[in-house]
Amino acid sequence: MSKKKLKLAFYWAASCGGCEIAVLDINEKIVDVVQIADIVFWPVAMDIKYKDVENMPDKYIDITFFNGSIRNSEQEHMAKLLRQKSKTLVAFGSCAHEGCIPGLANLHDSKEILDHVYLKEISVVNPEGTIPKTKTEVKEGTLEIPEFYDTVKTLAQTVDVDYYLPGCPPPVKLIADAVDAIAKNELPPKGSVLAPLKAVCDECPRTRENKKITKLYRVHEKAPDPEKCLLEQGILCMGPATRSGCDAQCLKVDMPCTGCGGPGPNMPELGAGMIAALASILGYDEENLSAENVEKLMSQIVDPVGTFYMYSLPASILRRKVMKK
Amino acid sequence: MKEISINPITRLEGHGSISIFLNDEGEVENAYLKIPELRGFEKFCEGRRAELMPQLTTRICGVCPVAHHFASVKALDAAFNVEPPSAAKKLRELMYAGYIIYDHTLHFYYLGGPDFVVGPDAPPEKRNILGVIEKAGLDVAKEVIKHRAYGQEITAILGGKATHPVCGLPGGISKALSEEDRQKIEKMAVSSVEFAKFSLKLFHDIVLGNSAYVDLIKSDAYTMKTYYMGQVDDNNEVNFYDGKIRVVDPNGSEFVKFEPKDYLTHIGEHVESWTYAKFPFLKKIGWKGQFYGTNNGVYRVGPLGRLNAADGMATPLAQAEYEVMYKTLGRPVHGTLAFHWARLIELLYAAERAVELIKDPEITSTNIRNKPGEPGEGVGVVEAARGTLYHHYVLDKDALIKDVNLIVATTNNYPAICMSIRDAAKGLIHNGKFDQGVLNKVEMAFRAYDPCFACATHLAVGQIPLIVKVYDNQKSLIQTLQR
Repeated sequence: MSKKKLKLAFYWAASCGGCEIAVLDINEKIVDVVQIADIVFWPVAMDIKYKDVENMPDKYIDITFFNGSIRNSEQEHMAKLLRQKSKTLVAFGSCAHEGCIPGLANLHDSKEILDHVYLKEISVVNPEGTIPKTKTEVKEGTLEIPEFYDTVKTLAQTVDVDYYLPGCPPPVKLIADAVDAIAKNELPPKGSVLAPLKAVCDECPRTRENKKITKLYRVHEKAPDPEKCLLEQGILCMGPATRSGCDAQCLKVDMPCTGCGGPGPNMPELGAGMIAALASILGYDEENLSAENVEKLMSQIVDPVGTFYMYSLPASILRRKVMKK
Repeated sequence: MKEISINPITRLEGHGSISIFLNDEGEVENAYLKIPELRGFEKFCEGRRAELMPQLTTRICGVCPVAHHFASVKALDAAFNVEPPSAAKKLRELMYAGYIIYDHTLHFYYLGGPDFVVGPDAPPEKRNILGVIEKAGLDVAKEVIKHRAYGQEITAILGGKATHPVCGLPGGISKALSEEDRQKIEKMAVSSVEFAKFSLKLFHDIVLGNSAYVDLIKSDAYTMKTYYMGQVDDNNEVNFYDGKIRVVDPNGSEFVKFEPKDYLTHIGEHVESWTYAKFPFLKKIGWKGQFYGTNNGVYRVGPLGRLNAADGMATPLAQAEYEVMYKTLGRPVHGTLAFHWARLIELLYAAERAVELIKDPEITSTNIRNKPGEPGEGVGVVEAARGTLYHHYVLDKDALIKDVNLIVATTNNYPAICMSIRDAAKGLIHNGKFDQGVLNKVEMAFRAYDPCFACATHLAVGQIPLIVKVYDNQKSLIQTLQR
């Protein structure tokens, strides 16, 4: 039975390139992809122009994998265009899914960042106080660059998204599973996160003893026991609140999960989920449970925003820091 | 005045675009490479836990996360005033060698190499990895894919994840190497030496065996007499992971050699309003604009910068090839296209070094972390595939980040890349006439550096799609060229 080939597109907005490397890392699996699909748009790989995408009929592309967050007008435009041209749009990787680490820029506005990078940094020699601007007249003509936005947005905060492939970058296995599901036309209901319905702890081989902890250690302060749960050894590990599918890779080199997979199943957001998980493990027995002790415990969590929302500030209920004007 | 703009199709999300201005006679007046992207890591890392920096900063680049990871870890070693145990340093350097194997292979076969292997005048649809396969054979392609994957696997074993590793800690590394994994890596490292030797043979047969290619390397359009910078060991030999920073002048004589912590004495960054990238320069000479020579502080980094700034390579096979290159091209080498040759010599060095390290009895030692001291200030430098990478942190008493300064590898080359593009355009475009072949050659100047702000160019079949628009002096579009 001959079947019509699927039309796939890949696109990236504000990202580091790691998602593209993850696609390359599927290695021989790419052969399967080419058998079931034609890649109709992949700017890094193929000579198909933006204009050609504009000329495509609406819903011409079956599936677009979109990585990177949205932080300028051009990225916003491409997100809207690809939404219009695609039957299915997948937010690929943590940036598109939740804003990722560059989303921590939402703790500042564009002015703070520009001032810091071009005026205050110690290596800068800038006596005239030059800061990049969207339009510059040079003697030969006008040079234009895009405006740097105040706020980093996720793909779903910009357009309607059908699926999410979590991770920074998405693990090769999740990409391969997604390709299989597409090939077999077995994609789950719209809005699903394409990862196992488990938390990272469920994939972690370490032993748990249901211990309560009263002291937290930072990773550089303590060499952990390699067999035991890191959280029960007092090392803040986001495993209980983070979606799995990564095979607990970081834990294999004795480092804690930092939450790149996004919130675990049935959790609205990662930070709230983790704080709830912590509440159940941090603590004292009834004898020692005093306000003072709880306060002492909580104060050990330094930089809570950077800890609980390292990958997800734009997608969280916090979204961004409100700037005093 | 006419404007030609060369836009990678990626201009829409901003990975760099070139505008070339022609004067009334149709000669190139000037060219600008605009970088329309900024993310602001230096600002939003403030307030974060210091020990997270090696993971936060890998997200600057998903192609070279290992370089950021270890520049960051070394900055933390210094900031916490802790010296890692010898085995930890060796494991870091081993992982680093794996990264260089992966990254240099990716660039030579997928991106830069096709210009030579398939030929600079070959049609664009052939100037990619598929063209390389066609010319060199399918067996070669299999080896390329295998060894790129080996590089990634070495990083994954030691770092937890190949892209965005997590193993680095101030004072050491999080996990020791098991004997089982050691054997796996040894096999990959030994195989990588053979692969690097093969790659150099391919380069000799196809490129150096063709005098037209050698002439192109030596031609004026691709020659730029600048200062060069790279990290060297105690013998002034190239070292990716550790050492001092050495700068040579355009005549090849040592200009300065400094400790990483003193970088601010030697490097400044100039700002222009038409691009988000900054222009680093040698402070003692100063930023005097977009020209090169002894009187301007423009320097180059990356494979050619490193080899020019060093006196040799620390492994025997790479050293032999280093000598061949300088015998062939003179010293220092100012030909931008020689970056490709230098890159392959480094690939061989990285593979040889990986073999040395994996056979070191200490490599499976479990003494891999020392206790950090009080938080303070630190600078960490490594040689990323694309050049010298500086991380500088100031920590507060709680070991939270108070201040960050970064000079990222490609940024060092930004002034030189701008000039290389301008000069290639000036040398190749006359009387307002240019065609696809000319644009290919302008693009070759850009690609030789393997620039990371076009992360796009590291990927897949390695072709930068171009749109070239020609405007008349009324700014009306008169011609569009595409490839």
